[in-house]
Amino acid sequence: MSTPRPPRATRELLSGWGRTAATSADVVHAVHPGIVDEAMAASVEASTAGSSGRGLVARGLGRSYGDAAQNAGGTVLDATWLDAVHSVDLEAGLVTVGAGVSLQTLMERFVPLGWFVPVTPGTRLVTVGGAIAADIHGKNHHVDGSFCSHVTSMTLVTPTGTHIVTPDSDPDLFWATAGGMGLTGIVTEATLRMIPVESSYLLVDTERAVDLDDIMAKMQSGDDDYRYSVAWIDCQSTGSRLGRSVLTRGDHARAADLPPGLARPDKVRKFVPRQLARIPLTPPSGLLNPLSVGAINEFWYRKAPREPQLAKPHHMTGFFHPLDGIGEWNRFYGRRGFLQYQFVVPDAGGEVVRQVIERLTKVKLAAFVNVLKRFGPGDPGPLSFPMPGWTLALDLLVGSEELGPLLDGFDELVLAAGGRLYLAKDSRLAPDTFRAMYPRVDDFLEVKRKVDPEGVLRSDLGRRLGLCADADPHVRS
Amino acid sequence: MIDATGRPQSVLVLGGASEIAQAIVAGLVPGRCRTVVLAGRPSGRLDDAAGAAKEAGADVVETVAFDTTDPAGATAAVDGVFERFGDIDLVLAAAGALGDQAELEADPLAAADLITTNFTGLAAALLAVAAKMRAQGYGRIVVISSVAGERARKANFVYGSTKSGLDAFSQGLGDALVGTGVGVTIVRPGFVVGRMTEGMDPAPFSTTPEAVAAAVVKGIESGADVVYAPPVLRWVFAVMRQLPRAVWRRMPG
Repeated sequence: MSTPRPPRATRELLSGWGRTAATSADVVHAVHPGIVDEAMAASVEASTAGSSGRGLVARGLGRSYGDAAQNAGGTVLDATWLDAVHSVDLEAGLVTVGAGVSLQTLMERFVPLGWFVPVTPGTRLVTVGGAIAADIHGKNHHVDGSFCSHVTSMTLVTPTGTHIVTPDSDPDLFWATAGGMGLTGIVTEATLRMIPVESSYLLVDTERAVDLDDIMAKMQSGDDDYRYSVAWIDCQSTGSRLGRSVLTRGDHARAADLPPGLARPDKVRKFVPRQLARIPLTPPSGLLNPLSVGAINEFWYRKAPREPQLAKPHHMTGFFHPLDGIGEWNRFYGRRGFLQYQFVVPDAGGEVVRQVIERLTKVKLAAFVNVLKRFGPGDPGPLSFPMPGWTLALDLLVGSEELGPLLDGFDELVLAAGGRLYLAKDSRLAPDTFRAMYPRVDDFLEVKRKVDPEGVLRSDLGRRLGLCADADPHVRS
Repeated sequence: MIDATGRPQSVLVLGGASEIAQAIVAGLVPGRCRTVVLAGRPSGRLDDAAGAAKEAGADVVETVAFDTTDPAGATAAVDGVFERFGDIDLVLAAAGALGDQAELEADPLAAADLITTNFTGLAAALLAVAAKMRAQGYGRIVVISSVAGERARKANFVYGSTKSGLDAFSQGLGDALVGTGVGVTIVRPGFVVGRMTEGMDPAPFSTTPEAVAAAVVKGIESGADVVYAPPVLRWVFAVMRQLPRAVWRRMPG
């Protein structure tokens, strides 16, 4: 059952950002756009010729935490070289770029011209294609929605042909692709509506919240006054400090609001990100333990000003992407890797946030870089993650036997509250729970079947969640 | 697929009626394992094992005829399972018999049969598994070896040598598969009180199928190369291997 390899493939072991569950696949680098069509054709042929084909999925910068951009035994198309800027309308803020262009590249090129990406996650090292596939959100979700709401058009290579898809021309395919984790096709090009900015700085208000009630009340009452809002939350402290947080909120600074030193023409829209350090090797597991993480959490909390600090200028890089300054920071978690657990629950289920944090403090699993945020309305994507309410993201070290059952328990709480998990972060959800969390999954599959009747578009995430399979579907239930 | 916490969704057991294997399956099903394929000689015990897996909550449970005394048939059975079920996340090689040393010494052909059952036939089946897993790009192979294979003992050297062979084979296989996404976990239990050892006096550090299973499930989740059950045997045998032969020869039992 040897898989016919598309041209120029090399077998590589791939894992997500969490460095868990690595699988090997034939990697094809898209050195020019034609290779996407070639790889698609080869995968279609392999799937129709017999049962030996194991499909195709695109991979960007590999920042999904789990198995979304892996395709065990099949083909993975490295789309990062689809990195051309095709056309730019600087009056309207519309840019058409290759799907492999990173948000960092967009910022480097367009912030100096007065345009910023409409949505950025906690890392700018994601591609436009990946941003669409995960329908990423940022600190401005409660105001601006998620990434695909700002995509006006995309070029999608599917097993049945190449489509130029807009929200009006084919809303079903457009929104199935938004958050569809790459399983509806390979995005090769997209047009985005950027947002105008006068500077590369934000004016940020920072305040501490003494406990979970405090932070939730502050966010519920005040977030609407800010474009960007996020809370770092301590998930280790217990008792009266349970859920103590540091809340940072702000908006882009106008040039006139900046101190003269930053408002200088050579400074005001400067965007030159620098990598400050790099984790050169994987340190031994055990470096991160409840004690060391407790110390980090304590430091982080104390570092924040005791009294609210108002309208302090922060550069974009520090405000949006603090961890991007450290190369390969995921190595910090050691050999076994880590996972991120991110869920959303509607406002009525806000209590789940407390229950999750309480359970976490009891098992003493090290967790830091925990983030709490409020979402606004979701978009129409059947697999798109955001919905109005609370989202909590936890980074957890893999290795404890307790972790699997603990997170299964969290799944139940989230599901019972009408919430769901973020697939771009997921690496362990069970297929039945996934289906219950995303009740519109059949709408998604119907669209997928139209453009991919043979089920050529596959990924490890898709296999794990029952969205695609390599075997006779009648055998597996 | 195998998830980030190391939990498989499907398992193929070679030697499906094995008590240790049954206990391991019972430990995997509550996690993510919903497809259980039990390969073994058709028997009431194999059917009972299937019933137990179903009862534990597996959705798809099937038995497949598999006999390591027939290497050609055994490899064909493995190929058939992968063709029918698609990806198999975990293959648990638990087929094996203990035999009676005195009888085996008296009956060389019976000894040859045991060696085929425990080693030759199983090794062939494992190569078939490895080829399939290489193609699927991931997987874990768990091989039930034994501390009896650490150093052959006059009291059970036929059995012990089959486990030595299987163990060495599995180490090499694991090294050959590095970088393919496929991992091999070797399990070295001590004396397991159960059906296989019925009527025998338990050796020091004896254990139970359930205790072995708990250690194996943990080893599967962590992707361990070697699992001793109980864990202390790792150190016991580190010493045992160094004993002078004249002393080793005089070990009781």
